[in-house]
Amino acid sequence: MSKFTFPTSIRSRPVYGTLEERDGSAHLLIADAHGAEAILDVATPLMMEKAHIIYIPKGEAFEDKLRALNPASFYAGPTYAAAEARIHKAFVDAKMGLQVYLTGTEGLIGQAQYAAMEAGIPHTAIQTEHRGSTARRMQCVHCKGITEDVETDPFVCSHCGLNLFVRDHYSRRRAAYQGVCIDAEDPGNVPQAKGIYE
Amino acid sequence: MSGAEKIAVQVTDIVPLNDLVTRFKFERVDGGLLPTFSGGAHTVVEMRDGEVTRLNPYSLMSDPMDQLAYTISVRRDDEGRGGSLFMHNNVKVGDEMTISYPVNLFSLDLRAKKHLFLAGGIGITPFLAQIKQLERFNGNWELHYACRTESLGSYVDELTDRHPNETHIYYDDQDDKIDLTKLLDGQPLGTHVYVCGPKGMIEWVRKTAASEGWPREAIHHEEFLAPQPGKPFEVKLAVSNKVIQVGETESLLEAIERAGIHAPYLCRGGACGQCETRVIDYTGNFIHRDHWLDDDEHANGEKIMPCVSRFEGKTLVLDR
Ligand code: FES
Repeated sequence: MSKFTFPTSIRSRPVYGTLEERDGSAHLLIADAHGAEAILDVATPLMMEKAHIIYIPKGEAFEDKLRALNPASFYAGPTYAAAEARIHKAFVDAKMGLQVYLTGTEGLIGQAQYAAMEAGIPHTAIQTEHRGSTARRMQCVHCKGITEDVETDPFVCSHCGLNLFVRDHYSRRRAAYQGVCIDAEDPGNVPQAKGIYE
Repeated sequence: MSGAEKIAVQVTDIVPLNDLVTRFKFERVDGGLLPTFSGGAHTVVEMRDGEVTRLNPYSLMSDPMDQLAYTISVRRDDEGRGGSLFMHNNVKVGDEMTISYPVNLFSLDLRAKKHLFLAGGIGITPFLAQIKQLERFNGNWELHYACRTESLGSYVDELTDRHPNETHIYYDDQDDKIDLTKLLDGQPLGTHVYVCGPKGMIEWVRKTAASEGWPREAIHHEEFLAPQPGKPFEVKLAVSNKVIQVGETESLLEAIERAGIHAPYLCRGGACGQCETRVIDYTGNFIHRDHWLDDDEHANGEKIMPCVSRFEGKTLVLDR
């Protein structure tokens, strides 16, 4: 799958790079869906000897290929929430010298990045690479509920049902973009939904 | 700004600690309170030695919350340009001196889960203040302190008495060395390492930590360079339209100040960047000694840090 180039935006919008192998005492790689391809690109046998891969397939068939890399440890989970305890434990057990690689959707990268920062890794030392879907993890500014994998703008909040407009304003803490009610002044006057980057 | 704001102080106590190191205590002349600071801060002490004025930075080692007095420890350097010798030989209890407001170029990163301190010799001083700061809120820290000999181990007793579990001492003459790779390996995630000591030690720690995969932001160091003597040279100051001579034992910055020109500075040790000066023209070679400019800047001859760097050659014209 080709890489998507995000349009330039406000400062709070995250920017992503390309994973590269770095010296370290251990490597933690967390990915979802097409992020597997970035891992396949960056992996080397030496790196895999000390690597822990945590993968959330989201219906993509990369698991076997990742296992074939022979990482020191491998885990696949159905959702980020399901993998969260595992991710948390990986950080708690980790020592200085750990290299962190996050790849896949923005929602996965953002949530894992927050966990890494909480564990004490400066965010500039965390490598990220966006791959696959450009869907966003959105937080409704009104009810605070999170709607995952939002692809259209506007969209309907999965918690309170308001029609929300997709902003570039991003919260590292929530690992989510803000969604703001689009028809507050004139209820029901909602523009036709289109793709976020259309 | 030419340095941080000044404070008039009186020397109220002088304690020789060992053959090389003496501690000085300063209190305000007007009896008022000194500003609080954060651990790692230094003050610039003005020394009036006859015709010559020297301004040397020293790390504050007292409790950062203690507003009644500041203390510094000065290591005698018999080969240097005389600042430390002046402190050791000329300064007496009761003398009035001028020091600067504290400036911190070596502060703790309070987001760290643990602070790992590595000190070499007199490099212990900033850590003494940082430890006092961390002890106030039960911070997690560990100190590894290398001294030449037992008799030169400034503050070793105090540290091992008060913090027996956190303090680890190494004596060079007993062939006791910090096993750095082993020490770095196994530190919990979120640890920051801080090093203060001789140049070789700083390089060793920075390189080793980087090659073990420590993030750059988690590696902190402080090294004050004392300006080195060198061949005298002449400088034209274009803005003030003056030609000045830099003597053998003075720095370029000191020569500019001696000519009555206000030049910016903070650390006077090649670390803060404050004194950066544009070069307008030159024929000759720079002797760059700072930690501020990068290799390209050192090569292209467009800037100089007059607090520590010198020049050898025919002409040097500065934008000052
Ligand atoms: S005064 Fe700080 S680098 Fe010169």
